Amino acid sequence: MKTLTGWASAVLLGSTALASAEGVVNLYNWGNYTHPEILERFTAETGIQVTLTDFDSNDTALARIRQGGHGFDIVVPSDTYIQTWITEGLFQPLDRDIVTNMDNIAPQWVDVPFDPGREYTVPWAWGTTGVIVDTSVYSGDPNNIELIIDPPAELQGRINVIPEMSDVMAMTIYYHGGERCTTDRDILRAVRDSLISAKPHWLALDYGAVDSYAAGDFAAGIYWNGASMRVRLLNDNFAYGYPETGYPIWMDNAAVLADAPNRDNAMKFINFVLQPEIAALISNFARYSNGITGSEEFLDAEMRDAPEINVPAEFVEAGRWGQACPQDINDIHTQIWTELMQ
Amino acid sequence: MRGHGWKWLLCTPALIVLLLAASGPLLIVAVYSFLSPGNMGGVVWEFSTEGWFRVFFRRDIFEPDLVEWNAAHLQVFWRSIWLSLQTTFICAVLGFPTAWFIATRPPHTRTIWLFLITIPFWTNLLIRTFAIQEMIRNNGTINTVLMQLGLIDSPIQMMFTEFAVLLGMAYVFLPLMVLPLYAAMEKMDFRLVEAGYDLYASRLNVLWHVILPQVKPGFIAGSILVFIPAIGAYVTPRLLGGGRTMMLGNLIALQFGQGRNWPLGAALAMLMLVVVVGALILYLRVVGGNDEARRG
Repeated sequence: MKTLTGWASAVLLGSTALASAEGVVNLYNWGNYTHPEILERFTAETGIQVTLTDFDSNDTALARIRQGGHGFDIVVPSDTYIQTWITEGLFQPLDRDIVTNMDNIAPQWVDVPFDPGREYTVPWAWGTTGVIVDTSVYSGDPNNIELIIDPPAELQGRINVIPEMSDVMAMTIYYHGGERCTTDRDILRAVRDSLISAKPHWLALDYGAVDSYAAGDFAAGIYWNGASMRVRLLNDNFAYGYPETGYPIWMDNAAVLADAPNRDNAMKFINFVLQPEIAALISNFARYSNGITGSEEFLDAEMRDAPEINVPAEFVEAGRWGQACPQDINDIHTQIWTELMQ
Repeated sequence: MRGHGWKWLLCTPALIVLLLAASGPLLIVAVYSFLSPGNMGGVVWEFSTEGWFRVFFRRDIFEPDLVEWNAAHLQVFWRSIWLSLQTTFICAVLGFPTAWFIATRPPHTRTIWLFLITIPFWTNLLIRTFAIQEMIRNNGTINTVLMQLGLIDSPIQMMFTEFAVLLGMAYVFLPLMVLPLYAAMEKMDFRLVEAGYDLYASRLNVLWHVILPQVKPGFIAGSILVFIPAIGAYVTPRLLGGGRTMMLGNLIALQFGQGRNWPLGAALAMLMLVVVVGALILYLRVVGGNDEARRG
């Protein structure tokens, strides 16, 4: 099955590659993440046609590009994976003669640890993982991960946690005072013990839960900022909290592939999305921030002032970049996670 | 003899497709299970039995010299097998009377009933699962109706329970049990039932000694069709069970995703294959074997 699909898509891609002699760019992005208007406007402005292909996880995208023969020009992976893409030579440096809008990138997103100085990538969208609480059930401070890993009585049995190993492990490790990939066995032991004792209080570990929160199935959880905003717009009892002990920041970044068949068009597209008005379209569609200065005024009104989207000044410091841990540490995380979910 | 050879040639295209599309990927999985994990997914071409070792054993996180059974993996395996067995049983119990009802209708109306059985297949599984969610959630259809009738005061927690998972699984797989059962019953000789009654057999005796032996092939086919996909079920337990516990499918997906340990994932997938084939052989031996013996 897999082999056949591989062949079929190879044939399809081959045909798009043929058509690319004149004005095409092939974008490989997360599903349901690209505002159709961006592609229409780009084509209207430059005459270059855009084809869009979806992926559903960083692992899928990386595995597919590694195999070669993909025909894509641009890919949009997450921060934790960028170093791997760069060191394996899968990206090419941005051509500053074409990508002239680099100055539009907000200063705090230029010297990022995964691509210092933005040699290869530009921001597409970014967000945070935090805590969501129904304030009609629990009226205390929401900026606290203890609500999930040592929940008060009124939240017990009404908690939903996103089944993302990396986010849950990160927040629990930060809570116990560790670094993301700590090798400190005492901290890891404490992480395991607190997760195992918290689990009986969790009702579910579910992704697509916006309507479940709004409908009152859950009263608290670990959740993404953009999704939390959608919950609040449906039910304004909900508040989003930034755990003071540390919470994950993530960012998806666009880059041009080393073997891009339409290199110049790809650079033009990258430059195009760095405009504030276009970046705002990304945000209005995906419901996450974009990292481009001046895009605020083009945002939908409900996003512009949303506390989920604009990190309050006092919590900015607690945000931490994700990191892909070495295999032996990651194996320990997987083992703890498996034990938790057994 | 020559004609026979030609017939074989006719099915070679199908055989080639099967060989390439089924055995090829399977072979890759088998090979991967003996390699080392690569950086950020993938594999490195270094022979290693670590993947298989980790399927069954784990090193204690805090004292690496301490090796113990990997109870977590065994627990997940057992949960998937147990859930599939329960699903198969429920489908058999619910499917038998349904198939019997259809098989005993006049021939021209049977088509309509069979047609009704296939209706669920018209809609995507994911959408049907969401629809079930809508029915059983705390403020869903069932709870709302019960509360408005005054039968209950507060919603019954049905979502995210084992009940929800079994309900969803039985619903999804029921047609796969009904159809083969119906096929077996349709071929059944109803004169034997009459003969049984003529010889003063009780209703239960007729069911046990006359009907069941005749529809046994239907039961076998139905059970296989239900049990095997149920072992790998992923969507239904995840959405209705709330994902609090892992199924085999989730465990394997974890290794290829965030776990970034493809050899372990490949080894788990191979083991799942062994379990399924083993169950199949056992089942055919126990149930099918009796049949052969009686005939002989």
